[in-house]
Amino acid sequence: MSIAIGAELPPLTVEASTTFVISAAIATRDFQDVHHDTDAARARGSEDIFVNILTDTGLVQRFVTEWAGNDALVRSIAIRLGVPCYAGDVLTFTGTVTGRDGDEWEVTVTGKGDLGDHLTGTVRVVVPEEAP
Amino acid sequence: MTGIEEAAARIAEEGPSERRLARDPVNQAMVNNWVEAIGDRNPVYTDPGYAADSVHGGLVAPPAMAQVWTMPGLGGQRADDDPLSAMMSILDDAGFTSVVATNSEQRYHRYLRHGEHVAASTRLEGVAGPKRTALGEGWFVTTVTTWYVGDEVVADMVFRVLKFRPSGESGTAAGDVLRPVVSKDTEFFWEGTQVAELRIQRWGGTLRHPPGPMPPDGDLGAVPGYVVAAGTGTVYSFVVQHHPGVPGKTTPFVIALVELDEGVRMLGELLDAEPSQVHIGLEVEVVFVPVEAGLTIPAWKVRS
Repeated sequence: MSIAIGAELPPLTVEASTTFVISAAIATRDFQDVHHDTDAARARGSEDIFVNILTDTGLVQRFVTEWAGNDALVRSIAIRLGVPCYAGDVLTFTGTVTGRDGDEWEVTVTGKGDLGDHLTGTVRVVVPEEAP
Repeated sequence: MTGIEEAAARIAEEGPSERRLARDPVNQAMVNNWVEAIGDRNPVYTDPGYAADSVHGGLVAPPAMAQVWTMPGLGGQRADDDPLSAMMSILDDAGFTSVVATNSEQRYHRYLRHGEHVAASTRLEGVAGPKRTALGEGWFVTTVTTWYVGDEVVADMVFRVLKFRPSGESGTAAGDVLRPVVSKDTEFFWEGTQVAELRIQRWGGTLRHPPGPMPPDGDLGAVPGYVVAAGTGTVYSFVVQHHPGVPGKTTPFVIALVELDEGVRMLGELLDAEPSQVHIGLEVEVVFVPVEAGLTIPAWKVRS
């Protein structure tokens, strides 16, 4: 596939249902109560349970490789969290190719939730010349 | 340097923790759980035939699972030498009881294959705070984790969490005031404040404040007494604290160095005074502020 700086990735929408928040927290082996226990999350000052950061990293990987192809090699994922993504929110990922360093493309990613920017991040990925 | 920063410096000096082996080697079952939850349908993680023909030449684990393998799990205990949990417990004790992750910067040196058994080692990079955030006042704690297979580094991560006091909670709750250090030399002073006496250390005819272990002439055999001050004086100097915040205080507040009528100078918060109205020479008197059982702190108020 031909890539150029400035190219935009196809957006990805993820419904962060209660089931999604909990199953992804457990699949990432993150048993902090704020990711599965609503009462505990509220007692700690949150509105509801919220997506854990290991899941965010996973979603960013999925978003970028769905665009870059099955043979793409992800070299790094750096994310910074903004507003929380609570159960029931809808996350929309958008991304832009912002640089190239050797064989790695740099993709800048934003994940927007109901409250605003949930995460911003940078992914470095090697994309094979002939992607499927 | 605050007590929290000192504790952090101590933990950081201890360096990386022992490598802790993941509960399980990289395996298909945990990969399946993960790709189902995340919704990642790349067959290089799940389809042996497809993976064999892929750039990997066989099944691999999703790189973003690097941290998953070494998570402590349900009821799992972090190791005794884990610097993140050591720092968390210090901040818990200081009243910063809630935690939220803010940054994760992972690098994957290569993809992992089934059967590989990763181990992780973490060191504390540092802390920054106290910071006012939308969630409440808190400290940012940064760690660096390295994952190994054998002695080969396969991934690393800079990880930052915010350890905070939920903003709904009172800033003056017990547990989050700064306590004075009471020593053999100063205990008479703190015993005095509990009975509303402002006591000044006395060595013969000489008054001394802050109290010290020996008289100004250095006589090691001397034993101090004290006098009870009248509790009145004038502002000798003062500062208005705007930033950074101080546990248990709402900024801005005034700290005054007061020259007592007895001649010594003593620090304390000047309560209920507009910072713009405070000036050198202002006449003040002592008030005793009970904090909790066993601790009463002297402060100043403008003399009426």
